[in-house]
Amino acid sequence: MTGRLIALLVALVLILLVAAAFAVAWKPAIAPVAPPQAASFDQALVRRGAALAEIGNCIACHTAPGGKTLAGGRALPSPFGTIFSTNITPDADTGIGSWPGEAFQRSMRQGVDRAGRHLYPVFPYDHFTLLTDDDNRALYAYPMTREPVRAQTPANELRFPFNIRIGLAAWKLLYLHKGPYQPDRSRSDAWNRGAYLVEGIAHCGACHTPRNGLGAERRGELLASGEAEGWTAYALNQASPAPVPWDARALAFYLKNGWHEAHGISRGPMAEVTQSLASISDSDVGAMATYIMSVMGEPSAERRKRGEAALAEARKNAAGATESSGDSETERGGANNDGAGAAIYASACAVCHDGERALPFGGIHFALSTEMYGPNAKNLINVTLFGLPGAEGEQSPIMPGFADALGDDELSALVSYLRRRFSDQPQWNDIDQDIRAAHSGRRPVAIHPTHVALPDDASQRGKP
Amino acid sequence: MTKLTVNGREHDISSAPDTPLLYVLRDELVLNGAKFGCGLGQCGACTVVVDGTAVLSCVTPLLLVAGKSVTTVEGLGTAHEPGPMQRAFMQEQAAQCGYCIPGMMMCAHALLQNNPRATDAEIRTALQPNLCRCGTHMRILRAVRRAAETMRTAQAPASARGAVP
Repeated sequence: MTGRLIALLVALVLILLVAAAFAVAWKPAIAPVAPPQAASFDQALVRRGAALAEIGNCIACHTAPGGKTLAGGRALPSPFGTIFSTNITPDADTGIGSWPGEAFQRSMRQGVDRAGRHLYPVFPYDHFTLLTDDDNRALYAYPMTREPVRAQTPANELRFPFNIRIGLAAWKLLYLHKGPYQPDRSRSDAWNRGAYLVEGIAHCGACHTPRNGLGAERRGELLASGEAEGWTAYALNQASPAPVPWDARALAFYLKNGWHEAHGISRGPMAEVTQSLASISDSDVGAMATYIMSVMGEPSAERRKRGEAALAEARKNAAGATESSGDSETERGGANNDGAGAAIYASACAVCHDGERALPFGGIHFALSTEMYGPNAKNLINVTLFGLPGAEGEQSPIMPGFADALGDDELSALVSYLRRRFSDQPQWNDIDQDIRAAHSGRRPVAIHPTHVALPDDASQRGKP
Repeated sequence: MTKLTVNGREHDISSAPDTPLLYVLRDELVLNGAKFGCGLGQCGACTVVVDGTAVLSCVTPLLLVAGKSVTTVEGLGTAHEPGPMQRAFMQEQAAQCGYCIPGMMMCAHALLQNNPRATDAEIRTALQPNLCRCGTHMRILRAVRRAAETMRTAQAPASARGAVP
């Protein structure tokens, strides 16, 4: 008798659990609508949406290489398999044309599509959830007023069990902290605006915050260094490896112009980000810098000193005080086991990176380069192998790749020499394996041209 | 001394190991085909072929090519007997001032050796690092296409050239 009662109770509890799980996991479909006319949207709203879309860099993920803008289909590799970005043009069948505004708002806030399917967090709704209803309305107006493009999104290639979307409901219970953003009244307006943008639409943490085994950003390690498309996204907290400490002015300049004289050129996935931010208002970029600097904190006296020393070394060389190319480098190198690395640096790197040509078209002096102080050699290896392609039809920084000229051993010698010579940090451990992975293509490396602006110094304009 | 094979001939090079390959070719071996343009690896005028791949010789130190096989524009043919790439450039009148042309030819040569049926898009991508300030790009592209055709037919066995079995 008692046995049967217990069995009944267990069954009841199970049913309740399943019902509760269903209630949490199940999202209703929102009825489709006829695509709204572009003219029905207020122009000012569309403009505001366009600006938000630039900060969010929607175009980067939602456009396939060589494909139509915002028509999706870009393969986004993850540890769980490949996900293809969706078509967010207003095509009724293959895009979001049949989505009413509330469906768009729900996708941003909760990561659920119009039909009620849970979306994968590669679409960073863990950030977008912070957007206000008002901004979601503006953001909706932007894609809905673009040309509709018919483009079927390829099916995702995810391993079991990650191909089962219902599992995402559990993921969200653990990791989605629903918005909208709640301002911190103890902070300035600029800080709050910056926090709202950085943690929300700009989703900086998607690359710059480390992730756990389930692909969620680690809560306690905000902007503490992550990775993206074969690159290391440097720490933007206290652990920032930049030899010259960032300040709000330098950071705002870098974000808007794609480079800074004491920090270098944005490249890899960051090149797409700075290209997007180029058109953003100074006050918004300034707010983002204000917030990030508050995460980074004041540099220690030791770091400040290191920064001054790095700037002094770079200035000394730019002034032509040392003539460092040629035999002297090899001789100096030969004495302390730097041989091949020093020789390659002298003849392949120093012409640009120890030259008199200023950034952004000259190379950064390596004493100032964050790559030399990074947690691993990946970014240095990527740039050396694949270079920096020129941006089509405009003046841009350019660097030849050395993938065909450098063997793995030679690159290893160069990389360890540069770390030794230009930083005060211990040697990297995994240089050889990082080189093999990048050179063989096992670690795919995204290469993007860098679009730079020269806002303050018109005298540089037009110089080759 | 560094051993280096250039256009099929072995040399013992006395230049220091960190000397750019371009200087070795021009100053020590007096092969003046490869040109000094920017000296920064940004214009392509110094392009030569090392073990089958196009390399910017102005930013490639000698030690990286030790023991390897280098081909310069002089290795593609002579004034009396120009090779297919050189003939194609002459036939298409692809040179104006001519300074970029050796680099263009070497870059195209490396491409066609690896990919004899390169498409127009592939030719453009391969030549992307090579600058021409005179503006003969369209002729250069025609020349590379013509060279590809010539090389394909010359290399193809008799049966593939239309001979009826």
